[in-house]
Order: sequence, then structure tokens, then C-alpha cells
Amino acid sequence: MSRLYPFHGGLKTVRHKTESNQWPIQRAALPHRLTVPLRQHIGAIAKSLVQAGDRVLKGQMIGQADGYISAAVHAPTSGMVAAVETCPVPHPSGLPDLCVVIDSDGEECWVEHQPVDYRALHPSELRNVLRNAGIVGLGGAAFPSAVKLNLSGQCEHLDTLILNGAECEPWITCDDRLMRERATGIVAGLQVMTHLLEPREVLIGIEDDKPEAIAAMAEACVGTGYQVRPIPTRYPSGSVKQLVKLLTGKETPVEGLPVDVGVQCFNAATAYTVHRAIDHGEPVISRVVTVTGHVSQPGNFEALLGTSFADLVEQCGGYREGVERLIMGGPMMGFALHSDEVPLTKAANCILAASAAELTPAQPVMPCIRCGACVDVCPANLLPQQLYWHARAKEFDKAQDYHLFSCIECGCCSYVCPSHIPLVQYYRYAKNEIWAQEKEKQKAELARQRHQARLERLEREKQEREAKLRQKAPAKTIKATKASEAGIKLDIEAAVAHAKPHPPSSISSHAEEGESITDYSARTPALPVEGGSRGSEPLSSKQDA
Amino acid sequence: MRFKIVTSPHISQDVSVGQIMRRVLYAMIPGIAALTGFFGWGILINLVIATVVALLAETVMLTVRGRPLALHLSDFSAVVTAWLLAVALPPLAPWWLTALGIFSAIVVAKHLYGGLGYNPFNPAMAGYVVLLISFPREMSTWLIPHGLDQPHALSFLDALRAIFSSEWPARFTLDALTGATPLDALRTQIGLGLTVTEIRNSPIFGIVAGQGWEWAALGFLAGGLWLVYTRTADWRIPAGMLGGLAIIATIFYLADPQHYAPPWFHVWSGAAIFGAFFIATDPVTASTTSRGRLIYGAGIGILVYIIRGFGGYPDGVAFSVLLMNIAAPAIDLYTQPRVFGARRG
Repeated sequence: MSRLYPFHGGLKTVRHKTESNQWPIQRAALPHRLTVPLRQHIGAIAKSLVQAGDRVLKGQMIGQADGYISAAVHAPTSGMVAAVETCPVPHPSGLPDLCVVIDSDGEECWVEHQPVDYRALHPSELRNVLRNAGIVGLGGAAFPSAVKLNLSGQCEHLDTLILNGAECEPWITCDDRLMRERATGIVAGLQVMTHLLEPREVLIGIEDDKPEAIAAMAEACVGTGYQVRPIPTRYPSGSVKQLVKLLTGKETPVEGLPVDVGVQCFNAATAYTVHRAIDHGEPVISRVVTVTGHVSQPGNFEALLGTSFADLVEQCGGYREGVERLIMGGPMMGFALHSDEVPLTKAANCILAASAAELTPAQPVMPCIRCGACVDVCPANLLPQQLYWHARAKEFDKAQDYHLFSCIECGCCSYVCPSHIPLVQYYRYAKNEIWAQEKEKQKAELARQRHQARLERLEREKQEREAKLRQKAPAKTIKATKASEAGIKLDIEAAVAHAKPHPPSSISSHAEEGESITDYSARTPALPVEGGSRGSEPLSSKQDA
Repeated sequence: MRFKIVTSPHISQDVSVGQIMRRVLYAMIPGIAALTGFFGWGILINLVIATVVALLAETVMLTVRGRPLALHLSDFSAVVTAWLLAVALPPLAPWWLTALGIFSAIVVAKHLYGGLGYNPFNPAMAGYVVLLISFPREMSTWLIPHGLDQPHALSFLDALRAIFSSEWPARFTLDALTGATPLDALRTQIGLGLTVTEIRNSPIFGIVAGQGWEWAALGFLAGGLWLVYTRTADWRIPAGMLGGLAIIATIFYLADPQHYAPPWFHVWSGAAIFGAFFIATDPVTASTTSRGRLIYGAGIGILVYIIRGFGGYPDGVAFSVLLMNIAAPAIDLYTQPRVFGARRG
């Protein structure tokens, strides 16, 4: 019954959980200033509802979800909006983003809480409540949960709902502590999800290095039918596709989602925020974050979104000597930050201050000796050494033949490489290059279609004119005559009949055609409108050709 | 505070190419010890000559190619090549033979093809084949293991003299010192119409295979299993090679036991075990997919049997490895694993 289906590859990494998981979650101090990014999720940036000078209450919506894949953003505390401006945010791109800067008044004055009875609400209303509560995946991806809680059009019936409590990254313990301390809240949130998705079974996957969390969750699940499944501690078991495989034996198709095989997966912390939103009417304004590594006293903090990383590190007693790198997320998949003056976001599950003690010293890169260690650990069952070979040679089509886009960038290959090749970096580079090329290609294709459409339109107009002239040659008042609509139709039919013996390719021999091409290049900017409005016509001509 | 930007992953295993190569060297020690015990000092002298020449050749080529010296000399790959080739040479091979073999291996087969990681052929075997084809007499002058005809072994000085000035000790005749290897004897005598049972009665054969040889094979097996245990070598290549060799040998043996040696003899003879664990497992020139490695190994095993039984050489590990080296890219192409989430079949 509780059979597991191991995935290929993966590895046992170093473990650094005990540094931070020995103490209960602490409430972080209220900072004077909060910088709340309007984009803390995957999808469209939230639309700002406030401006500088506005007074906001704790939990008040300050950014509205803009579009289906988007999420709302709320004021983490009460105070005054100091500015709505671009600020540095923790993002792999290193680019700043639009944020609402709030000066706290220290009063923590809440908006009115509006808990709801989820059983009484229509599913779409319930999803709206969650959407407006700003609920996104807190495991790190920050995908809007309401989208994943709507099965229509994705899957007829859900077999399995999985709660991801694997937490396989070596340093992160925020879910561990949350499951230990707030298991009933997590299960309450899970019940709301179960109500919406109606899965046949609910499985909770937790790595077996967290016995306390497993025990707490099992206790909270009594009477619910939800099954807690301890899973072997093997990175990257917390990766969605790997976890789904591990627990259900189902492989999510390449380029597909777990929902394609009847499985939906949420992070444990996400379920907790669902519970807070439904049962307490509290939107997502804080999260539990692990602050660990080379800081005086590592631990887990429940901190308001928008609190700066520097503040949080300060509450751990500050950096110890020799911190070289600041990482958001775990050391396997997390990204390094330039500065600690960035705000906590929904996606930030861990702040890792790394010194030489935590990091592997930089070693010179050697040639690939094709030892295949990367093949053995790749959870996507790829041939990383071939991908590397082709990415390095910029043979991107061949890299794609070797399924580059199935790479989840988990870092296992780089971890074991005896030649110390930054393999993942090569794959990211290749992916970015391919995306850039695709964009270029799309642009060129669009231009080509517009050009084609214009040529065909010019030709058709010419033939229409000729047909008209031929038909009405005897009458001298052609120009003055305003043809009726029926007349034009006849003309077009005649023109089409006339055009048939001359497929578009033969047209180019016409002397006039050369002119119209020059004409085209001269007037390019005007083309989009013309081409766009006549999308359907070029097709029929193409068929003729 | 400002921090450095480096992409993930931020941690890695403490493992290096040099470490892998050193493990291969350690794993060869029991086999080399056994060989030395049976064939004398010549084995060790050859090892030293090969190592020195290999490091010299490596240094020169790295300098010519403008590669960082310290980094590449400390990867131990040249030493591994040197040892693999030296172990395969006759114990009293003249020094220039060893040097020439190493030169071919390091300069031609390795660096002219792009150096570590880029050579399509196993350098040690390429060097060995150059010698085997060019100097068949020197390459087949093998000593008889101790304990058979000669109660006293060659002293260290005897061995030095033989290697550096080709002066054989006057108190022994060349015929008294050297003899056919077991595989060679089997091959010649089957050609003369003797049955396997008759041939095996000769004192040069031991319990399973050749006297003395079988103990060296045991030593290499021990080291090889350690390599597999530490995951330095993939088990699939030796398993494929010895499996392939055993299966084809069994088929012929069952068909005609008087003309074909039993599979255990083949597996335990010549360079089969040494080749399976130390030569075929060279990752650079082998197949890299899981299924591919089994096929690659099995191909070598089968070719070894064909060359031993029907070819012009008593043993065929070197030729078989080189032939499968060429096939490795094609094997890789057709044995790609099914990617996670891809449709089956």
C-alpha cells in the first residue's frame, strides 16, 4: 500500500539541517520600513492599488491580481505608503522590480478579518478568495495556487493530491519546523484543497530525516484519511515531478504537468496559508524562512514579506566572519544575491550566508573525461555529458535532440563532476540562447507572413481593377460609379477565377511586382495593420500555389 | 553588504580527476605485486621507465600546447597510461621499447587528438598495438614464471642489464628464461592437432589458467572489484566484457570441448581480467550510457575470443578495445536512456 517508486539518479548531499531546526519558529521583529514587491509570483505583476501618501492597514490589498495567472499582494503591516517605485528584489536576473514601500506605524492595525466557510462557497468563489488572499506556492516557484486548484480543462478527475514536505535541499528547515509546530493548520488547509480538487487519495511526502515532522503530520491527519509517506532522504525528492513519481509511480510527461497524469502537488507551507486565508481571513503577508549558514544563531523566522534580508540576518546575531556568498534558497538550486538589501518575498524559503566552510572551494575546470557520474545521478535520466558537449559547441539543435529542456537544473551533475565543470550553467546558457533564437525566428516569420500577405493583396487589388476595367470598359464613368456590394463580390469571384492559372510564384515575373517589393520595404512600418486585417485571405492563395 | 555572484549549485562533492586516476593506480598494486613475484624485477623497472617517460612526454606536450602544467600533471592520467602499458609489456622488454610505446601513447594517441578527455582511442592500448605490430619478437619474449624450470630468479641487476643493454645473464640461456605464454601455447598446440586436455597437462598451466598468470589475474580482480565498489569504474563494462567472453567461450566449449578451451580458462587467461577492469573501463574512450556500457563491454569480450581463437594473435584485448573505441560513439547514439516523462517504446 505504501509502496514507493524510486526515480532514477539523485544523490545524498551533505546535511545541514540541525543548524537551524533545533529551535521553534521565532517571530521576526517588525521593521520600520517594508519593501513589498508587486511581483512575488509567476505570472503578471500585480496592479498597484495604492500610491505614495496612502495609509494602509495590515492585510489590506495593495496589489491586485492582474490576469488569470497572477496573485494579489497585501500590506504586511499598517502604516504609510512611502513610495511605489522600482527597488532591488531577490530575483535571479538581478533586475529591480516595482515595489510598494511602506513605513510601518508600529500599530499592526488589521483590516477586518473575513473568514469564510469553504463548504458553503461555490468552487470558483472559493478560488477567488484564495486568489485575493495572494496564495502562491511557497516552495520556491511561487505559482498562483488558485490556478492549480482549478481542474476544469486540465484533468477530468484527480487521482492524487500530494502535499510536498520533502524539503530536500541540504540547509532548509522552514517546512520541517512548520510541520512540527503547525501540523493541524497545514491539514486544515489541505482539507480546503481536497474540497476543491476531490482527489481519490491524499499523500503527504516527507523525507525520513524529519521524524518529528512525520510524527506531527501523522497525528494531525488522524481521521482525515490522508496518508503520511516517509520517503528516503535523497535529493531532489522535493522536485515536483520526482516526488510524484516516487509516491505514485506516474511519470509526468515531458513538457507536461503532474495534472496531466491526474496528480496535483502543493507545498506544505502553501497549505498552511490556505488555512490562514480561509479560516482566519488572513492573506499571505508573512512566511517562515530559514536563515542559516555562517550567521551567529541560525534559525527559522516567521517574517513579514518585505522585511529586508539584512534585518533578518541581524536577528540571527549577524554574519560571522568570512561570509562570501548570500544565497536565496538552498545551495543546490538557490541563486546568489549581490546584496542583502532586498526584501523577503513569498518565494524566499531560505537565506543562506555561505562562507568557505559551507561552500566547496572553487576548483579549476578540467576537461570532461566522460566518466558518466552525471548520468548516474541525473533525475531526468538525461546524458548530461552530451548536453554539455553540444552546449559548449553551441550546437543547440543537438542539445535539444538530447532533451535539453527536460533538465530541471537540480545541480546533481555539477555536484558529482570530478572535472568541476559548471554543467548547469552551460544548460542555462543553451536554453537562453535557444529561447532568444526562437524569438528571432518568430519575429522573422511574422515579417515574412506580413510581406506575403501584402504581396497577395496588391496582386488581388490589381486583378480586381483589371477585372473591373474589362467589365466596364465601354462605360466612361467607371471612376464615378460606386459599385454595389453585390457587384464587388462578383468582381472578386472573377478576380479569383482570373488568378487561378497564375499561382503566386509566377507573379514575380511581372514587371510591376518588382516595384511593389520596393514599395513594401519603403512602407514597412505601416504594414502590420494591413497584413493583420487580412489574415484569412493569403491562406487560400497558398493552397492554390 | 555586497556579495559575489556565482550560479548554483553552490556545493559539490569532494572528488577530482586526479583522485579517480590515483584510485586506478592503487587498484593496480595487488596485480603488479603478483606479477613482480612471478616475473621478477623487470616488471617494476618497466613501470619506472614508463612513468618517467610518460611524465616527460606529458610535460613537453602540455608546454607545446600551452596548457597549465601543474594542473594537468597532477591529474595522474599520464601515470595511469604509463602503468597500464608497462604492465602489458614483457618483463625484460628493452627500455627503448617501453619508451617508444609510451611516446606513441602520450604524444600521438593522447595529445595529438586533443589531450585528456578528447582522445578517441585508449592511449595505452594504442601504444601497445604500435609495439605489437612493429616489434613482434621483442613483444613476445615473455619470461617463464618462477617455480617452473628455474629455481633461481634473475637478480635486480640482471634485470637492469637485460633491459638497458640487452645483455642476458650468461648463466642462463635465453631459452631457459623465456617461453611461450599459456595462451600462445594453447594456440600453437591446438594448431598442431593436440586436444585441450593434452595441452593443459603442460606445467605452464596452473589451477585455472596459466601458472603464475592466474595469480596476477586474481590480484587485478581484487583491485578491479575495489574500483567497482568505490564506483570509480562502472560495473557494467567489466561485467559486459567478461560476460561476453564467457558466453561465447561456453558456446564453443560445449560444441567441442577438445578443441576449445573452457570459458573459465578464457576469462582467467591473458589480459582478460586486467583489460576488463582497468583498460576497457577508461571512461574517455568507452561508451557512456548504461546499456551502452554493457554492449561495449560485451563487444570487447566477444572480439577477444574471436582474435584468440581465430585471429593472428594469442591475446586480443588491445585490438578488441581499440575496435570498440571506434564503435563507442555509435553505441552511445543508439542506447540513449528514455528521458524522464518520455513515452515508453
